[in-house]
Amino acid sequence: MNKPFLTPYFDENLGRRRLAERVWNVIFRASTTAGIIFLALLLFNILNQSFGYVAMTTKVDPDTLAVNGVALEDMDKDSLVAVLQANVSKGKFRQLERELPMAERSRDEVYGLVWSDVVEPEIAGTWLLVDSILHREKILAETAQKFPRAEVTFRSWVSPQFLATPQASNPLTAGVRTAILGSLYTILITILIAFPLGVGAAIYLEEYAADNRLNRLIQTNISNLAGVPSIIYGMLGLAIFVRTLEPLTSGVMFGATEPGTANGRTILSAGWTLALLVLPLIIINAQEAIRSVSASLKQASYGLGATRWQTIWHHVLPGAMPGILTGTILAISRAIGETAPLVVVGAATYITFDPTGLFSKFTTLPIQIYQWTARPQPEFRNLAAGAILVLLIMLMSLNAAAILLRNRFRKALYDR
Amino acid sequence: MENTRQYTPQAPAIDLRRHKRPTEQVIQAFLVFCGVFSIFITLGIVYEIGKEALLFFKLPEVSVWAFLTGTTWQPKIGAFGILPLLNATLMTTAIAMAIAVPLGLGVAIYLSEYASPRVRALLKPVLEVLAGIPTVVYGYFALTFMTPLLRTVFGSDVVDIYNTASAGLVMGILILPLISSISEDALAAVPRSLREAAYGLGATKLETALVVVLPAALSGLAAAFIVGLSRAIGETMIVALAAGAGPNFTLNPFKGAETMTGHIVRMSGGDLSYDSIDYNSLFAIGLFLFVVTLLLNLFSQFVVRRFREVQE
Repeated sequence: MNKPFLTPYFDENLGRRRLAERVWNVIFRASTTAGIIFLALLLFNILNQSFGYVAMTTKVDPDTLAVNGVALEDMDKDSLVAVLQANVSKGKFRQLERELPMAERSRDEVYGLVWSDVVEPEIAGTWLLVDSILHREKILAETAQKFPRAEVTFRSWVSPQFLATPQASNPLTAGVRTAILGSLYTILITILIAFPLGVGAAIYLEEYAADNRLNRLIQTNISNLAGVPSIIYGMLGLAIFVRTLEPLTSGVMFGATEPGTANGRTILSAGWTLALLVLPLIIINAQEAIRSVSASLKQASYGLGATRWQTIWHHVLPGAMPGILTGTILAISRAIGETAPLVVVGAATYITFDPTGLFSKFTTLPIQIYQWTARPQPEFRNLAAGAILVLLIMLMSLNAAAILLRNRFRKALYDR
Repeated sequence: MENTRQYTPQAPAIDLRRHKRPTEQVIQAFLVFCGVFSIFITLGIVYEIGKEALLFFKLPEVSVWAFLTGTTWQPKIGAFGILPLLNATLMTTAIAMAIAVPLGLGVAIYLSEYASPRVRALLKPVLEVLAGIPTVVYGYFALTFMTPLLRTVFGSDVVDIYNTASAGLVMGILILPLISSISEDALAAVPRSLREAAYGLGATKLETALVVVLPAALSGLAAAFIVGLSRAIGETMIVALAAGAGPNFTLNPFKGAETMTGHIVRMSGGDLSYDSIDYNSLFAIGLFLFVVTLLLNLFSQFVVRRFREVQE
């Protein structure tokens, strides 16, 4: 590489150098384009899986259930109950009676039961969005041949019903309600713990700490913690919150649950685990925000006789708050997408009820995605894609909030 | 003379002497606690994971030597050799780095040396989005896109449904924005005067970038490499979904093999009873993982600190 500079006849090399310039320019551009293509492929793949044709059939042909020529949808409540009783096992019927006696259920509810427990809609096949658009005729013909009773409909796997219904074993009725609520509860606890601790640590390090060995150790330690794999935090959470502090985290100490059924695998443990995970990120971001507050502002405050805390409270924190909030939001969006530590801490894989408080079992959106993806049936992949869309939309709105804050912060800095 | 004011010494109306402020002391104590709290986290990790790992190594059927050199990991028959898990981790990491390092460097050089400010302002957020996507989504991508793609290209009899190649490739995409953003910061920190001097000597853009800027930013680039490496080793969800379940000592990237992190997630996701040998063995793997990533992080900080000293 040094040679061209030394030759007196540099124009001999000029062509070669220009060529190299052009070739590498293309290479650098190509790698950047590759990054963008990856992102596009990722999003395309998820959209492709979230929408598409679904061939639905039923385990039992509803026409065969007709009694004396009266079709299922025209029956009154009593005959529906009779159909139900005739077609489900005795144990199942008793269980349904125990949940809510048939006498108290309306006609439509019983009809719903007959539909879900006797007729049992099933998925015969699913298709991707691209195939659904390009090969519509072929799909319809194929299904008509293989499953004569099947009905092919275009299905969006994300729907209001998907958001509102709890987890279920049937992919047609499964939703993400429990998972979203679990995520929100966990994140709320994470914020309540990590925000004060993180901002406090940042204030200490920036405003109070002298440059001594202990404080340098704290600083190094924080940057190291930011690089520890998240699964290690999961193991820490399992060992400390789930096991050692079980009486606290299971709520037994507060009489919140019966000692027999409770264990430490609760929302509280998960929230604490994620709080420890994002704490270093919040501290580092908050430190940067505090550092960016101009020194003259602080000195003016000291000059007027304000104490250190008065200066921090009235001048440093208001100036640093947009930056601190931006950093916190970014840390929180990291926590929302975190899966591995919560699997280790022991989020329940299959629960159908909403979390009720600190001490309830829970599942979260990423865990739901993980569980559905790990299943071999293709329809669960579609469900997972739908859940991913929900998760990405949640994250995007959080990031948009962070960008808005950052811009406002910049404007405020320039106005000053 | 009449206008001259005469000061008469007077006792001040307010007491200006320093006085105790109990609230401030409480606040300060809280802040100190917050600062020291992070040390407790590290101690907690070392103590809790070390304790369980120690319980594991104390068992009569386990030895540290067999743990580090054994080539089978089968808890059922009491074989606890970490090599198959470590091997799978190294394979996915190597594939990921092979993708992420050249591409990440290319992106960084393009953004810092070639791109106009407008293009840069447009592209950086795109890469940030790529970095902000949860890893479970990447795992989904590996399983539903990369694996089928590999199976179409190489034949489904060659490529297993679960394989380390697919996991490694997607992990490369995950680490790409991490490496490119740290590298770009390092390149941008190189003083402008160096570039101007090179241009003044008649160097092309490429020569300036490769011969002047890149060497000046070398330690920053090294730090980016190490951070990416540490991230790849600790990455969990992609390998848990796409690399396969079950330890497998193989060098074939198209076969399934479980990594260290993948094993921890699979085992703890099932019914795992406390104080069993399986439970403790997970913490031995965790300790190993923690030590490796900690050393890498410390090393990268050391490199960055040296880099700052050279620059200033």
